[in-house]
Amino acid sequence: MINPSAAPPSLAVVDLECIRGDNLLFAGLNFEIHVGQLVQIEGANGSGKTSLLRILAGLARPSAGEVLWRGLDIQRHRGVYCAEMVYLGHALGIKTELSAIENLKISLALAGVSADLDQLYDVLDRTGLRGREDLPTRKLSAGQKQRIALARMLVCPSALWIVDEPFTALDVDGVALMCRLLEEHVAKGAMAVLTSHQAVEVRADMVKVSLL
Amino acid sequence: MWLFFHKLASPKYFYDISGKFIPWLVALFLLTLAAGLYLGLVVAPPDYQQGDSYRIMFVHVPAAWMSMFIYTFMAVLSGINLIWNIKLADVMVRSSATLGASFTFVALVTGSLWGKPMWGTWWVWDARLTSELILLFLYLGYIALVSAVEDVRTAARAGGVLVLVGVGNIPIIHYSVEWWNTLHQGATVTKMGKPAIHITMLIPLLLMAVSFQVYYFAVVLMRARTEVLDRERRSAWVKEMFGG
Amino acid sequence: MSGVSGAFWILLKRDLMLAFRHRGELANPLLFFLMIVTLFPLGVSPEPALLSRIAPGVIWIAALLAALFSLESLFRSDFDDGALEQMLLSPHPLPLLVLAKVLAHWLVSGLPMLLLAPLLGIFLAMSSSGIAALELTLAVGTPLLSLIGAIGVALTVGLRRGGVLLTLLIMPLYIPVLIFATNAVTAAAAGMPIAGQLYFLASLLALALSLAPLAIAAALRISVS
Repeated sequence: MINPSAAPPSLAVVDLECIRGDNLLFAGLNFEIHVGQLVQIEGANGSGKTSLLRILAGLARPSAGEVLWRGLDIQRHRGVYCAEMVYLGHALGIKTELSAIENLKISLALAGVSADLDQLYDVLDRTGLRGREDLPTRKLSAGQKQRIALARMLVCPSALWIVDEPFTALDVDGVALMCRLLEEHVAKGAMAVLTSHQAVEVRADMVKVSLL
Repeated sequence: MWLFFHKLASPKYFYDISGKFIPWLVALFLLTLAAGLYLGLVVAPPDYQQGDSYRIMFVHVPAAWMSMFIYTFMAVLSGINLIWNIKLADVMVRSSATLGASFTFVALVTGSLWGKPMWGTWWVWDARLTSELILLFLYLGYIALVSAVEDVRTAARAGGVLVLVGVGNIPIIHYSVEWWNTLHQGATVTKMGKPAIHITMLIPLLLMAVSFQVYYFAVVLMRARTEVLDRERRSAWVKEMFGG
Repeated sequence: MSGVSGAFWILLKRDLMLAFRHRGELANPLLFFLMIVTLFPLGVSPEPALLSRIAPGVIWIAALLAALFSLESLFRSDFDDGALEQMLLSPHPLPLLVLAKVLAHWLVSGLPMLLLAPLLGIFLAMSSSGIAALELTLAVGTPLLSLIGAIGVALTVGLRRGGVLLTLLIMPLYIPVLIFATNAVTAAAAGMPIAGQLYFLASLLALALSLAPLAIAAALRISVS
């Protein structure tokens, strides 16, 4: 992806406030993420971690405040932002009737990226799905489905990952894989935001943002 | 000018200023209502064809006007809310919906009451009544949608899209119903209030129209004030006002 | 294959593929259409003269209901499995992606109705000119039903019980289509020209094709938030 604007990639959260129904989840939230940083959002159940990530991804709207990508409001400059961001939520976005390969092809087309078939098989191999590439994904376990979603994040080149609870369905190997992928991704000069219940130490210099 | 709107959009300012307006609006409403009713029911002469039954027009016609005005007004406010994200606009839209539906209902009921002496039946598939009935469905659809969505802001935005789609469709619906009606009924049905109207009838009609309009603004402001308090209950100024 | 057209075609292909993998469900709206129409001779009267008179209205109302019935699932599975979120996060223009989905839906639900309609016309003792007009109006009208209905579906997809609500939201908007389509069929059966009604329906379709995707896209963004 070519950079459409001169400002370097960075995500800034300005005075963010989120009200869900009757509850004020958070207010006056400010932080910034720059290249090479990994941010973990911490907070108790129901503190608004998922809501925050959905706002960061541009899926939900904050009740007040704004999210800036390269200094531009993400709601107004959606095209720029979406081309550089990959979001993985609770729902994986995988069609269980289709195979892993078919799912990846669709995700790529939606992301506007082209990749050849070898690349896709290669990525699925890296996420530990060798030999299961062409099975309908409903025959796979929850963890394996999550690995397909990981493969999707890998094939779509992006400057920012937003990942909600990436470790839930994964086994020990899977958690290690996820940590390694996050580390590599950040080391490449990208950035990532994630939430997790588990205390995963991906990197010592990981930035933490707490929600009360 | 912009500054004024910006200030008006702040809930506290709106709450204060609307509180000052409401008594005046109520007074004006009562005044025009009394004058309109007096001129319409007492002063205006009976119609040479319809006798006294035409007098229901003084309620029916303004109610029908209001039913259309409110929907359009809701659409404009919804557009403002969707584009500029102004909370107050959606408060007003939400407060308007039931009022609009009520006016539509009144227009339908009075229309059918009027129909009984004129056509000898309570309901005729007359173009205007049918359009009005469909308008009632549009209002009810909006109310149903907005009350089904839990989050207030999401409800407002979803309702806004629906009202905008509806307002775009109203001319099309109206035109098709007119067209359908002329095909099936010809010109046998007398048009309500179409022929030139005498000045002694026109004045009360206009007075009643003004009165309904003012009533709408008074009530919608009252409802909006309550809604604003409810939505802003966490804010400092509301807590201060109620000593909480 | 990349870019916007690539995304459009792959979404269209995906939805057709998904529909094909649930073959059993494909026929349901069609059966619904067939059964509603079957009820009328039983409930009203089997007399051919009466049937041929009410046939345009009956078939069109059944088509409206079948369209609503099938539309309900348009975004449902995408909403549940997160595919809708991914679609909203695509850098491609959402209205185009949405159009691909509506087109796929029409191909698997609207088009079969078009094929079944002549049979229903015969059931209801319609004349051949009436059946021809019915086909024409359905060809122009069913895409309209899909486009308009999709707005309602997009608004209600996040709600638990959207079905009845959907009917309430969408039915009033279907009225012009119903009026002009049934009138064209009736007129054709009486040997009158129907070009005017068809032009009107066609211009509605052009309007819906250009505006409905925008409304659907806006509604989806709101429903998902």
